[in-house]
Amino acid sequence: MSLTRQDVEKVALLARLKFNEDGLDKMTDHMVQIIQYVDKLSELDTEDVQPMAHALDIYNALAEDEPRPSLSREDALKNAPKRDEECFRVPAVLGE
Amino acid sequence: MSIIQKTATEQLALLNSGELTSVELTQAYLNQIEQVDGQVGAFLRVETESALAQAAAIDQKRATEAPLGKLAGLPVAIKDILCTKDTPTTCGSRMLENFQPPYNATVVEKIRAADGVILGRTNMDEFAMGSSTENSAYQTTQNPWDTARIPGGSSGGAAACVSADMAPLSVGTDTGGSIRQPAALCGCVGLKPTYGRVSRYGLIAFASSLDQIGPLARTVEDTALLLEVLAGHDPLDSTSVKQPTPAYSETVKQPLENLTLGVVDRHFGAGIDPEIETAVQSAIQVYESLGATIKHIAMPHADYGIATYYIIAPCEASSNLARYDGAHYGYRTDQAEVVAELAEDGSDEGPLVRMYRKTRSEGFGEEVQRRIMLGTYALSEGYYDAFYLKALKVRRLIRQDYDAAFEEVDMIIGPVTANPAFAQGEKTSDPMAMYLEDLYTVTANLAGVAGISLPCGFTSSGLPIGLQLQAAPFQEEKLLRAAQMYQAATDFHTRRPELS
Amino acid sequence: MSEFSYEIVIGLEVHVQLKTKTKLFCRCRTEFGNPPNTQTCPVCLGMPGSLPVMNKKAYFLSMRTALALNCGIPKFTKWDRKNYFYPDLPKGYQTSQFDLPMSEEGYLDIKSTKDEFEPRRVRIIRAHLEEDAGKSMHDEAAGKGDSRIDLNRTGTPLLEIVSYPDMRSAAEAKAYMQELRLLLTYLDVSDCNMQEGSLRCDANVNLHITTDDGVIATPIVEIKNMNSFRSVERGIEYEAKRQYDVWQETGKVLGELPKQTRGWDDSAQVTRSQREKEESADYRYFPCPDLVPVIVTDQQIEEVRQEIGELPSALRERLQNEFGLTVYTADVIVNQGLSLVEYYLELAAAAGDNKLAGNWVQGEVLRILNDQEIEIEDFPIDAGRLAELLKLVQAGDLDSSKAKDVFAAMLTSDSSAADVIKELGIEKVDEGALEALCQVLVERNQRIVDDVKSGNEKAVGALIGQAKKENPNVNPGQVRQICLEIINNL
Ligand SMILES: [Mg+2]
Ligand SMILES: [Zn+2]
Repeated sequence: MSLTRQDVEKVALLARLKFNEDGLDKMTDHMVQIIQYVDKLSELDTEDVQPMAHALDIYNALAEDEPRPSLSREDALKNAPKRDEECFRVPAVLGE
Repeated sequence: MSIIQKTATEQLALLNSGELTSVELTQAYLNQIEQVDGQVGAFLRVETESALAQAAAIDQKRATEAPLGKLAGLPVAIKDILCTKDTPTTCGSRMLENFQPPYNATVVEKIRAADGVILGRTNMDEFAMGSSTENSAYQTTQNPWDTARIPGGSSGGAAACVSADMAPLSVGTDTGGSIRQPAALCGCVGLKPTYGRVSRYGLIAFASSLDQIGPLARTVEDTALLLEVLAGHDPLDSTSVKQPTPAYSETVKQPLENLTLGVVDRHFGAGIDPEIETAVQSAIQVYESLGATIKHIAMPHADYGIATYYIIAPCEASSNLARYDGAHYGYRTDQAEVVAELAEDGSDEGPLVRMYRKTRSEGFGEEVQRRIMLGTYALSEGYYDAFYLKALKVRRLIRQDYDAAFEEVDMIIGPVTANPAFAQGEKTSDPMAMYLEDLYTVTANLAGVAGISLPCGFTSSGLPIGLQLQAAPFQEEKLLRAAQMYQAATDFHTRRPELS
Repeated sequence: MSEFSYEIVIGLEVHVQLKTKTKLFCRCRTEFGNPPNTQTCPVCLGMPGSLPVMNKKAYFLSMRTALALNCGIPKFTKWDRKNYFYPDLPKGYQTSQFDLPMSEEGYLDIKSTKDEFEPRRVRIIRAHLEEDAGKSMHDEAAGKGDSRIDLNRTGTPLLEIVSYPDMRSAAEAKAYMQELRLLLTYLDVSDCNMQEGSLRCDANVNLHITTDDGVIATPIVEIKNMNSFRSVERGIEYEAKRQYDVWQETGKVLGELPKQTRGWDDSAQVTRSQREKEESADYRYFPCPDLVPVIVTDQQIEEVRQEIGELPSALRERLQNEFGLTVYTADVIVNQGLSLVEYYLELAAAAGDNKLAGNWVQGEVLRILNDQEIEIEDFPIDAGRLAELLKLVQAGDLDSSKAKDVFAAMLTSDSSAADVIKELGIEKVDEGALEALCQVLVERNQRIVDDVKSGNEKAVGALIGQAKKENPNVNPGQVRQICLEIINNL
């Protein structure tokens, strides 16, 4: 399986990361190596194998619909990099 | 013999008999940290004041003859991945440098409720991604047995502090070997419980379906004591299992009869350090001399463990770490720079996306970014089936190997690592070499089974060697008893590193 | 270019906020309108280390809804993560359901009370549970500066109901929304308040245009922000015309353009293109490792099925078949909601006349509810009191115009119908007195007697007028009948 620099750039945008030219080369290099290694899984025939997403078969962890206290607004906002009295603040969601 | 060289179990007896106070004990450890942590770098933060205050409060409680918890004044070191209310919790990352969670992890609550004294926060690979603790944004940790070498990782600080007598008990996390491998390289005991045995609530997630919190200590008995405190069902964690917690510390000294141990032949031979092979083979002979039967078992898919792990873990991590985007907490890049960039390059990328990308590229270290990239790629359109889905299927095959093995044997015995602690910087530029460090440990995480690492020898240059025992889900009690049998018959766990 | 006929093809994705006290994965309250960021906890803030725990009630309310929509309930369902970055989504993913939703393959029948379209069965692809996002508030005009984020709504349980593209007009889409809303209120699973966002609708719309070279399809557009039934209708109508015009201009057909998202601007009554994303969406769905699957038994599904009361479609049929109401009256009453139906049923039973009760509820009662903008729960005349009035009408003691006067007076008093009649002085005139009055009138008006005798029965009308002048309470029908009898016996 081949992975190009352009592919890596696309993935970086999806992952909201950004690399400079050298960083991109290095990342591409490392990813190609790792992907070549993990490709050894394709040796195995897994046609009839059920995927296993959880380590254990646990089901039905359901909680009753009973309210518990929320955090104070101060506690909710106290770690915010930018905030005002009421809200988190982020760069404009829309617009240029 | 100084008090800090005694085991936690011995210290607990002294505390209970009134010969020792928690303040004295805590102070002794604080002094040791003061003396040796400059060379080791196990702690990111030592919480001197609050530790002494907790110790004093517990002594006070004892004086009034109020019932005390199971730890009753014993100090505990905590990996900096567990949320502690209104206290910095960094996960070894620049991203969370100023982060103070508004809540406590369940295990932190449990340690407090058990009257444990929280000594401080131990160093780790950023977001628990690494096998050498070289990926911390803050400092490296040195192996107390040879400070030019790594302590293992990601719970490197957690293992090193126990090994250098800076804490009797320590809490780590294990996603692919992160408790067992540093325990082996630092010469202490570390246990990864069955997935679901210990609540993950408040554990900053790396790979949610693999992460598990566990104890590190110098002896099996002490490990049993701490596990007893950490384990138990938690309604706040949907993956926490409703199983009663056995009294590990009470049964740990009962030897197991008719113990059958499984040996996987391909664990030996090519690729493993001969000194490690010899030490592990001798440990197997010790078990035989204690009456255990040895059976050779096949784990046909074990060789695919690393490949499976390095798909599943990065996939989950890429999603778990999406929340670090500079919007609601943690690091955010300088807005003025974003605005300047916008003006300069005139591409159509908006200010919000720029803020995200810049924040994440500056806040995360290289290894974390690599795993986010891998996971994002493996989950993306057109690759999901070939990578992620395939890995989930092989994970099932690995689990089936374990199930078949545990039909035949009580436990699987083998090495923890192929090599002893390596030199600082030796593998930092070769991620694949670093990933292979987890060769013998990742399969337990993939299958969800329990595993323990305990000292079983030293290399000729004096580096510790670890022995791994793995048991079927929820068989920690037997695992501890089997480990204790070995420890009672050997003295590797009593040797201490020499730090000036 | 010449004009071609076209068909609008519409599929709806409806998000319903479920009526739970707490959020889907944490136990914060779900109240609407609280001050920003006062309804959050580590879980719904997406704090490091926090973990979700599924709300049991949300699951069972969803199942109730899905069953009422004739959906199948798989025994196994699981949760998936939909990954994308947005500041109102603090975890960086939305917990939703991807390949194994909690229900699939149902339908909802719609019809028009005004004969705008033929009755239609709209098939439902699936209904799945997911968490809501928070709210970002931005000054779109200014465009610069910060957006403000309120996470109170983050994690509120939503049921997403996805229909097949089975609707063929804006009126059908509106009717589907209205019928769905009605069903949801009968099920008591949601407040269905479109203004507060507890019922939201996105429409996927395109056209099938019959050209000289066969039928072509225009590119599909998803319309968002339609916050009322009227905007669903207008938004789709606008979009249909716009797509036709664009096709005439560009000739672009389905597959030649990516799916576009447009927002409905209610004040300007147009759809506007929403800013194109920087990249094509790739949500990287995968099973959420922090949540475990749900497995239900046949018995649990049956129990939920039993909880479901009579649904609108069944009630409409019952009111027609068992109560003899017209299709129109039955529709009007049922469409007003379960409380009005219950009022009707009580009234009909107490008054002993199903049709009369139906006419009164559909007529007078509904008129007052609409005029005063109140719900039936706040209607001042309870069914028992109104039944007394209806009995008097039925017995012929009150004509319909007097009955309306009595009804109007009862709206502002607690008096019984009989008391109101007394207060108004419109008691029924005594039979003997009425006959005596008629006798006098006949004697006084020989010319009218002659007219009637010569075959002009209508002439008796003048006597009714005179009788009313003498006593306004007389029943005109009775006067007519008595006078005719007297004249014929002369
Ligand atoms: Mg959705
Ligand atoms: Zn919450």
